Amino acid sequence: MKHLLSTADLSKDDALLLLDTAAQMAATQSRAIKKLPTLRGRTVVNLFFEDSTRTRISFEAAAKRLSADVINFSAKGSSVSKGESLKDTALTLHAMGADAVVVRHWASGAPYQLAHAGWLDAAVLNAGDGTHQHPTQALLDAFTIRRHLVGRRGGGDPDGVGADLAGLRVAIVGDVLHSRVARSNVALLRTLGAEVTLVSPPTLVPVGVETWPCRTSYDLDATLADWQPDAVMMLRVQRERMSGGTGGAFFPSPLEYTRYYGLDARRLALLPDHAIVMHPGPMNRGLEISAEAADSDRAVIVEQVANGVAVRMAALYLLLAGDPSAEGNDL
Amino acid sequence: MNPGTGMPGHEDPRTDPATRTVLGAADVARALTRIAHEVVERAKGVDDVVLLGIPTRGVTLAARLAERLAAIDPAFDPVQGLGELDVTMYRDDLRRQPTRAVGVTRLPGAGIEGKTVVLVDDVLFSGRTIRAALDAIGDLGRPRAVRLACLVDRGHRELPIRPDFVGKNLPTAVSERVRVLLSEVDGTEDAVVISAGGGER
Repeated sequence: MKHLLSTADLSKDDALLLLDTAAQMAATQSRAIKKLPTLRGRTVVNLFFEDSTRTRISFEAAAKRLSADVINFSAKGSSVSKGESLKDTALTLHAMGADAVVVRHWASGAPYQLAHAGWLDAAVLNAGDGTHQHPTQALLDAFTIRRHLVGRRGGGDPDGVGADLAGLRVAIVGDVLHSRVARSNVALLRTLGAEVTLVSPPTLVPVGVETWPCRTSYDLDATLADWQPDAVMMLRVQRERMSGGTGGAFFPSPLEYTRYYGLDARRLALLPDHAIVMHPGPMNRGLEISAEAADSDRAVIVEQVANGVAVRMAALYLLLAGDPSAEGNDL
Repeated sequence: MNPGTGMPGHEDPRTDPATRTVLGAADVARALTRIAHEVVERAKGVDDVVLLGIPTRGVTLAARLAERLAAIDPAFDPVQGLGELDVTMYRDDLRRQPTRAVGVTRLPGAGIEGKTVVLVDDVLFSGRTIRAALDAIGDLGRPRAVRLACLVDRGHRELPIRPDFVGKNLPTAVSERVRVLLSEVDGTEDAVVISAGGGER
């Protein structure tokens, strides 16, 4: 593996290696000195064509904790706003000697193009492309699920190192249509052996969902009460991708969305005692998740952010540390 | 740690005619017992002594040394005084090799701050692993002293590093391969074997 573009490309062994490496990286983050010398002298470029706070600072923190040099490049206020093409931007980064490019783009497939067009020889990490994939988010979700539901319950390794997610049930709720987080999670959780149910209003279900390796439902209450998921992942309603104000043509009013698909204290009580509540952030409090649910002791939303740094450190380490041409390099 | 040491589950290399056994199980046991006594003598007791094994076989050797230290002086607590230190992320040869998996680092319960840390490895060769270990320790705390124990010193140092406690000094050619086999890791009887060719660096 030279690039990290999609969770659908990851084999189970690749995914477990990433999660196990992340567990070791997370262990280093509780020390007084969090910095490791591993990627000293390597350059990581954060190339962001779309607004992002947590993903960008998470990648930046991960690269810096591994001693890489970080260059932040956002499209706003840069040569891109003057009309530069993706190709010319890539050639510029190549000339500057980037070893890895972390790319977020509004167009699905832009990271793939960057990785395979021959413009760059750097490792490309997809930090979210359009409505396609967001692999490090899915990896950090899987890492968080494993830590809580396999590690701490199983009595084995506290981080669940080496274990997959076989038999666990994960409900992914909300705006699936616009969600690259949902797409990445469906593929990765399936690879790791978990069962996934997507819950969403009919207008926000993507075309072709019947070919995905998961179940779908329009009824949140029934899914929570009857299927008893071990983890509930709430998706953000992506208003910026909907025309015509909140909800646009997808649902009649925010209040109706909240009544049918919002996670509140009543729905929280339907869940099994061990179940955890997740959200990739940023949250619309009062729309897809109530303050009670977001602040309850079952919510692991803040921990997801901390785990994001460890997972991104693992991805950067595995893509950059070794010699890619060395014999026997299987990742 | 010797980078090329075999993985668990491989067949017993002693059946290979090109391989020579240098130390047997009894020799390994005697060497460890002597090292344990030397550690106690040098530190004038077991107070503030902690053992840090370097994966894979250094961890096993450190656990065995901890048992012997506890036998010599019951004041030594094998749980509080034993840890493991993965040095992968501090190596200087990461870019010359396929990607290495990162191992577990587990500090002794007593910590390393102000302690006498004894690093334990199986084969001392170039000294680069120990250099990485010293850097890793520097990020974890400030021990009062760091000492080095190894089962085999095979020479060919590339850095100014010297062991304090050695099981066996073994003159070798650079191209030769020295392996330590331990029952817990390799599933065979303990031994130190040397085979020709295939210098692994």
